[in-house]
This record gives sequence, structure tokens and C-alpha cells, in this order.
Amino acid sequence: MYNFKYQRASSLDDASKAAAAAEDAEYMAGGMTLIPTMKQRLAQPSDLIDLGGIASLSGIRRDGDALAIGAMTRHAEVASSEEVKSAIPALAALAAHIGDPQVRNRGTLGGSIANADPAADYPAALVGLNATVKTDRREIAADEFFTGLFETALEEHEIITEVRFPIPEKAAYVKFPNPASRYAVVGVMVCQAKDGVRVAVTGAGPSVFRVDAMEKALATKLSPQAVEGIKVPEDGLNTDIHASAEYRAHLVTVMAKRAVAAAIG
Amino acid sequence: MSATGIGAAVRRKEDYRFLTGNGRYLDDISLPNQSYAYFVRSPHAHATFTVGIEKAENAPGVIAVFTGADIVKAGLGGLICGWVITGKNGEPHKAPPHPLLAVDTVRHVGDPLAVVIAESYAQAKDAAETVEVDYQPKAAVTSPTAALDNSAPQVHADAPGNLCYDWEIGDKSATDAMFNKAHHVTKLELINNRLIPNAIEPRSAIGDYNSGTDEITLYTTSQNPHVARLVISAFVQLTPEHKLRVVAPDIGGGFGSKIFIYSEETVAAWAARELKRPVKWTAERSESFMTDAHGRDHVTHAELALDKSGKFLGMKVSTVANLGAYLSTFATCVPTYLYATLMQGQYTTEAIYCEVKAVFTHTTPVDALRGAGRPEATYVVERLVEQAAREMKMDASDLRKINFIPADAFPYQTQVALQYDSGNYAGSMDQALKLIDYKGFSKRKEQSKAEGKLRGVGFSAYIEACGIAPSAVVGSLGAGVGLYESAEIRFNPTGNVTVFTGSHSHGQGHETTFAQLVSDKLGVPFDNIDVVHGDTARIPFAMGTYGSRSLAVGGSAISKAIDKVIAKGRKIAAHTLEAAEEDIEFKDGNFTVKGTDRTMDIGAVAFAAYVPHNYPSDELEPGLDESAFYDPANFTFPAGTHACEVEVDPDTGVVDIVKWVAADDFGNIVNPMIVEGQVHGGVAHGIGQALLEGCQYAPDSGQLLTGSFMDYGMPRADVFPDIEVATQVTPCPHNPLGVKGCGEAGAIAAPAALVNAITDAIGASNITMPATPEKVWRALNAAG
Repeated sequence: MYNFKYQRASSLDDASKAAAAAEDAEYMAGGMTLIPTMKQRLAQPSDLIDLGGIASLSGIRRDGDALAIGAMTRHAEVASSEEVKSAIPALAALAAHIGDPQVRNRGTLGGSIANADPAADYPAALVGLNATVKTDRREIAADEFFTGLFETALEEHEIITEVRFPIPEKAAYVKFPNPASRYAVVGVMVCQAKDGVRVAVTGAGPSVFRVDAMEKALATKLSPQAVEGIKVPEDGLNTDIHASAEYRAHLVTVMAKRAVAAAIG
Repeated sequence: MSATGIGAAVRRKEDYRFLTGNGRYLDDISLPNQSYAYFVRSPHAHATFTVGIEKAENAPGVIAVFTGADIVKAGLGGLICGWVITGKNGEPHKAPPHPLLAVDTVRHVGDPLAVVIAESYAQAKDAAETVEVDYQPKAAVTSPTAALDNSAPQVHADAPGNLCYDWEIGDKSATDAMFNKAHHVTKLELINNRLIPNAIEPRSAIGDYNSGTDEITLYTTSQNPHVARLVISAFVQLTPEHKLRVVAPDIGGGFGSKIFIYSEETVAAWAARELKRPVKWTAERSESFMTDAHGRDHVTHAELALDKSGKFLGMKVSTVANLGAYLSTFATCVPTYLYATLMQGQYTTEAIYCEVKAVFTHTTPVDALRGAGRPEATYVVERLVEQAAREMKMDASDLRKINFIPADAFPYQTQVALQYDSGNYAGSMDQALKLIDYKGFSKRKEQSKAEGKLRGVGFSAYIEACGIAPSAVVGSLGAGVGLYESAEIRFNPTGNVTVFTGSHSHGQGHETTFAQLVSDKLGVPFDNIDVVHGDTARIPFAMGTYGSRSLAVGGSAISKAIDKVIAKGRKIAAHTLEAAEEDIEFKDGNFTVKGTDRTMDIGAVAFAAYVPHNYPSDELEPGLDESAFYDPANFTFPAGTHACEVEVDPDTGVVDIVKWVAADDFGNIVNPMIVEGQVHGGVAHGIGQALLEGCQYAPDSGQLLTGSFMDYGMPRADVFPDIEVATQVTPCPHNPLGVKGCGEAGAIAAPAALVNAITDAIGASNITMPATPEKVWRALNAAG
């Protein structure tokens, strides 16, 4: 790790000012990706601005027909929250299977989606559940938020404050974990809400994506059989030492089928 | 049986300190005025280079920067390989230089070429980035078979064609004759995947120089500190043996990777003397992935010839073994004498021929890893046997049974040099069949099918040669050392006992097992016995721990020392009790005059020995402190049958291991709980190899693709079913304890059992380890 200046912000305003004043600032949420990257000397921010001291960024609350979850809320809190378990059990279950206990006790919702790892679980939740990302500047629809491999719609020094998840009628997330890292080789969130059915896939491509054909088929009938014949094209899907694009494309169908079964279960 | 004697499941006394953070692992040790080393390593698999160190020398906190040229200038030798293999051509294996720091060419990613020593680790690491290395990258080869290609890049100028040796064992013409009269021949192409050892504690070392006595103390993560001392003094020629002390304190796992003598520890010891300051180095995890000696990496073509009834007539095996870029300490013997000599398996196969080409590649050196050669052999034999049963449409357990060496045929001379001493292979098979309820398998298969799952069963009737080994035998086969073990039993005047053992515990539980042994035999309370290991200044010269040898060889040395203690105690008691020596009986810690109540316990004898006021001083020295060396008469041959059942999800190819039974024969058992733990650990290791683990290099660039736990799949608890362990006892006939060893059995047995079960489930003849979901899914699709 190279030397850097550590600052613990006490408010959003404090954090933005510190970031603007620094030569090359990074915000730190849980640090589950940033710290290992710095330890490997692959990142060298001049200033690390810790958002952990901003109390308003943490917490889970019911907000009308949605759940509002603060950006600094830890995965373990989402996983164990009675509010989440009763309103969107699929989201609590997703959070309960991110990484390992250490990661879940440190890692945060905001940190995960800001990093936009192609194999992270939360992007599937945001897109699948049609969530809205709130920042210190604006609101961004989940569909617009993830723009590519480790790329988001966030502008420089913009801070995620909260994610608002509409409460669906039915939803389930099923993932095929990488046996080494336990990230998603493929993870599929299927959600039925008032405004329709969504199928969001993480892990398979450079960024989370929706499967239009599956959504249309499921809108007609929410059953596993509706998706079993639908295959996403393997072009553009990830190939690495753990899984080929062809296998990932196959798994998208299998995981989608299982997610539908779990959602209607 | 007492609560702490032989056969008792005593809880491990060392675990309290390990589990409460009171262990003293290497990185827990820090010395006054200590400096820190960081190694500059090649990012290329193959390159020539020049190096400039001026900037680094002037970086903050830097004490010194050394390169390969400095090592040459200091007159130090390189690292050596301690076992000479003589090839088919009658010539010794090619042994190219293995410099401590590369001089002008780097040969694998992670190859060290310079070391920066600074006041802090961070300063050393920062300064290392300013070492200016000008690399001229060259083409690299990582696959062992590709390395044999005429056009392959050459790793060493003095090993043409990248060939280290081309070696054979067995009778080729007799084997060919058997194949000529065979009713059926089963053939398989097998890959034994390369593994990274991944001990919990990374390698680490501190060199410490005493300028007053000119002694160097090297603290290092070693499984055999005396061997390290011998190599570093006699071959590297750092300092004479009596001026070098090697200390291996609590060590967090080794699996073989800490047998070998490495560059970093040697450089730390040398630099400490150069700088007259302690020099500490601890590997980062990514350095462990890149530089701990890897294991396995064989490509094999194997054939089994059978007659009409299924009797095994002959076996032919041809293997290419990857040794990596340099020869690690025992690299050469692993794919030869620890591998091909086990091709007899548990069977009466009439003729066997095995040839092995060992090759250099631009990869991390490969050496012994838990099982070392024997997992590779069992994989070949047991995959062939299972596949032959399928092709002959015979039951896999029945086919094995008709070919087992009968229990009354021991000692049994194999076709591949070894002489098996004892065993009851059918007994273990029957035990396994019963434990797994083999009769109920077809019903369970139907149930799985109803749930959309494919169920398979697989066996592995493994054998290993452990307790390595008679010194004269290994000497005749090319070993540079003897393979005895040492022990000393020292009574203190107050009656408690310190046991010094040449075996080294890095997870095996010797402090408990050896104390049980001594307590049982000498009648001293278990808690009054401490076991000391891992320090050349405290223990007698010793060969250390690997190859499941600690109890069979080290324990036998302790047993011999115990006999000497009793013999001397008898003399002391006879004198004190005024009786003839032959009238003294020793039992449960008491020396008693036969047929009388005149008795003294061993504590009183020890006191008399150290306070010899009334003592036969004209015949006997004071003190009760006996040592022994034990050189085994043969290897030991633990064997058994593991059986497992899997369920495969045809939609994803995911393998779920639903049952695992281990029916092992380890001879006599001192601590059944420790044995069970060793079997569990070994099976976990073997399942890891078969299902998850697999070191991968990019074929063109030679970059290590599995350089972290993000990409190298380690087995975790949720992969395993309950592992049922049962044992039968056919005692080893040639060591005083009748023990055989248990540390590697699981890792040897498991891969074949699991792959046999997976291929049974999916109806494929073969699948390459690790059997990842995608491979299983593809095999299923191919099998239609």
C-alpha cells in the first residue's frame, strides 16, 4: 500500500469538500474491494475519505410502497433485517449470500453498486427490483445506473446516499457461485411487480442486463416453463478460467427458471 | 487402556495455545534491531535481464540491495536437488544451476532476482519498485508435453529438449507379452492437475548473526530443520554446519511445501551476516501462490490388460511430469520412486512397466505435496481398474476382489521394486461396501433419478508407501541422505520428562501422540511429558516430517529410546532394591522385584539417577537420558478402500458429494481422534484436487492465472458430506509400534474415488480434474 491521507467525513458536505480539495480522492464505504486493491498497489489515491462516520447514510426504513436502504448499510444488516425479510425476502436472501461473514459485516450496499463489479450480486437486485439510486445530487433509475464493466452513471465525487427498492409482488434471486470467490458466475433476479415482470442477470456479462424475451414470456405466465426454452445469446458474455460464455448463457436460463420457481414457490 | 495411553482419543494438548492465539509462529517472532527483506521478482515467465540498483540503494530506509551477482561474488552455491535419478541411458538426471537470485535469466513468474533490505517492510517494498530491471522477454513454455516439442523454448541450455530425465521401471518385454495375450485392454489419457499447497502460514524466515561466536541462527518455516541446515551449510556453503542453527517453531501447515530449501530463507541467513543485523522475510499470500513448490502436474497414458475372467495381466504407464523451472529439493524422486513403484496397487497384476519423462518448463518448481507421487499412482491404477470394470461389464468391487493380493500372501514382492509387508485389502473393501450400503445403491440411484439427479458411486482401493525409508535402500536408488529418525528421552530429576524428537509437527499433533506413547510405555503421567521439536540446537540430528513417517519412524525411535530408559532403570532399581537385575519387572511405571512387594516407581529411579548417593557408580553413569536412532527395515504400506456417492445436477453439472466412507488400515493406532482428523484433512485435500483446485498458467505468456483465492478454488466446509472413517488393524510387522502412518491416505485415495463416482453418474469414460461444473456439463452433453 502506498501512503495516503485518511479522512473520516462527518457529513455529506464534509465528504464532498474533502474530495474536491484532494488531488485524487477515493471515497471508502466498506473497503472490501478498495483496500485489497490498494494493498496490491493497483490503486493509489492521494486521499481516502471514509464515509463510515456519516450516520444518515445507514439504515433501513419503509417508505410507502418501497424500502429505502442507506448506502452505508452493511450486507449483514440487510440480510438480517426483519423489515427487509418481510417486505422483500429475495433481497435479504441475496445479501445473506454475498461473500463471507467478514465481507457481509463490512461491505455496504452503496460501495458494492458504486464499484459495479460485473459479478456482484446487488446490481441484479437493483435492476431486477427496479430500484432508484439516490445521490447527493439526484436520483438515478437502476436501469440507467450501471453503464458498463466497473462503470456507473455516477459523476466525479458524487455520493450515493440511498437506494429505494419498490416492494414487489413476487421476487427471487438465484445465483451460481464461483467456487473460488463465491461471486456470481451467473445470478438472476426475477421480479413481478405492479408494472410488470423483470429479469436481471449479473455475472454473465460485463454489466448487469435484462432479458427482454424472458420478461415478455413471464408477463404472460409466471412459470418456470415459460423461460426454459429462452436462451440468451453468448456473444458478449464473459469467458474466463471459471466458465465459458456458452456455459454462462446456458446457466442464465437455468438460474432464471429456478428463480421463477422460487418466486412463485 | 488408560485415559491418556496408546489407543485413547486424547484431545490435542497443543490446540489450546493455537486456538487462543498463544502459538508462536514465525512471523510472531521479532528480534532486536531487525531489518526487513523484500524480494524483487520476475513478472515474466522467461526473460533475460540487466538490473540497476542505485536508486533503490538510496531510497528511504534502505540498508542494502543485493542481486544475483552479489551472491556469486560472496561465493555461495545454489540450491540443490537431493536425489539423483539415473535414466534409461544410464546417465544421471540433468541438474541445471538453481541460483539463490537469478543472475541474467529469469525462468518463471516470481523468480527472485534481487532483495531489498530496509528498516521497515514498507520501505523495503517501496524501494523494490525503484530497482531498475531491464527485461528482454522470451518465449515461454508451461505445459509438460509442449515442453518436449522440438520447437519448444528451452528452459536451460544444459538440459536439451527440456528433458531432465527419461526413466523406466518394470519389465517391458514381460509386460508386452501380457498385453499380447490379453482378452481386453483398457486405455486412459489422464491428467493429474497441478496444485498449489496453500498452507495457512506463509513461508517466513529470520536470519540472525552473532558476531561474537560467528554463528548464524535461521528461524524458518521448515518441516525438517536439520535438512535445511545440511543443505545451507554443505551445499550453499554459507557457513559450517556447527555454526548454523535452524529453528522451526510452531508452523501453520506445510503439506510438503516446507520440506524444501528455498532461496528466501537462505538469502535472509546470508544477509544477516553481511549486515550484522537480523533480517526478516515473510511471504505475502501472492508470493506463496507464485513460489511455494507446487505439486502433481502429470500427463499420463495408461493401459491395463485383462484376461477373460477379469484378472489383471499387465499394466503399461507412460507419464510426462512437469518439474517446473528449477529442481526443488526432492523434485526428481516424486514422479519416479514415490510414483511408479506404487503401480502394483493392491493387485496381483503380473507384469508392470512404467516410464517417466520429467521436463523443465517456465513455471514454479514442482515437488512433493501431500502424498507426493502416490496420489498420482493411485489415480492411474484406480481410474484404470474402474474403467476396466465398466468396459468388461463387471461390478467394480468384484473386479477388484478377484485381483486383490490375498491376505495370506505377505510379504508380497511387487513387479515395481517394493515388497509389501502386510495388509488385508479385501477386508477394507468389505468394510467400505458395508459402510456405504453398496447393496442399497441402485435404490438410491432410482430415488435420485426421480428427483432429477444423476447418482454415481466410485471406489478407490489405494495403497501408499510411507515411513520413508530404509537408508540403504534409498541410498541405492539415488537419495543423498539417509532416512532414519532420532529421539531422546530425558528424565528430569523431579521425574517429569522432556522428549526430543526429530519429527516436526506442523499440524500433526505430535505433542499429544508422542506424549501418549511415552506415558503409556513409561507410566509417567501424560501431563508431565513435553515434546520438543524443530530446533537443531536442541534435538539430535534428524530427517523431519513428510511422507506420513513421524509415528512409524520418529515414533519408533522414541520407542527404542524408551527401551533404553527401561533397561537402565532396571539396573538402578536392582541396585536400590538389592535384587538381581533379571528379577526386576517393569510395569505401569513401577520397577518391582519379581514375586515381592519391593518396588520403586520410575520417578524415584530418575531421582536416584540424578542424585546418585546410593548408586552403582562403578558400573553405571548417573542420569536418565537416553537417545536412539531408528532406521526402518522397510517402508510401511497403509492401504484401504474409500467409497463415495455423488449426485450430479444435469442442468448445471454441479457435483454434490452425498456420502463418503473411508475404510483404512493404518496398523496400530495411538490416537484415533487424531487419525480421524488426518483422514478428514486428507480427504478434503483430495476432494479439493478432484473438484476445485487446479493451478493454471496462460500457455503463451506463462502468467499465473490462479494467483489468489479469488481464482484458485479451495475446498470449503460446504463441499463435504460427513466423512465416515473406519479402520481395521493389520499391524506393521517390522516396526516396534506396528504402525503405518495416516497423514496422506485421504489425499491419495480421494481423487480417484470421486472421479470414478462422477464418471459413473454421468456415464462418461473420463473427465479431467478438477471436475468443474462446466466440464461435467460438457461431458454430460457429449455423452448424450
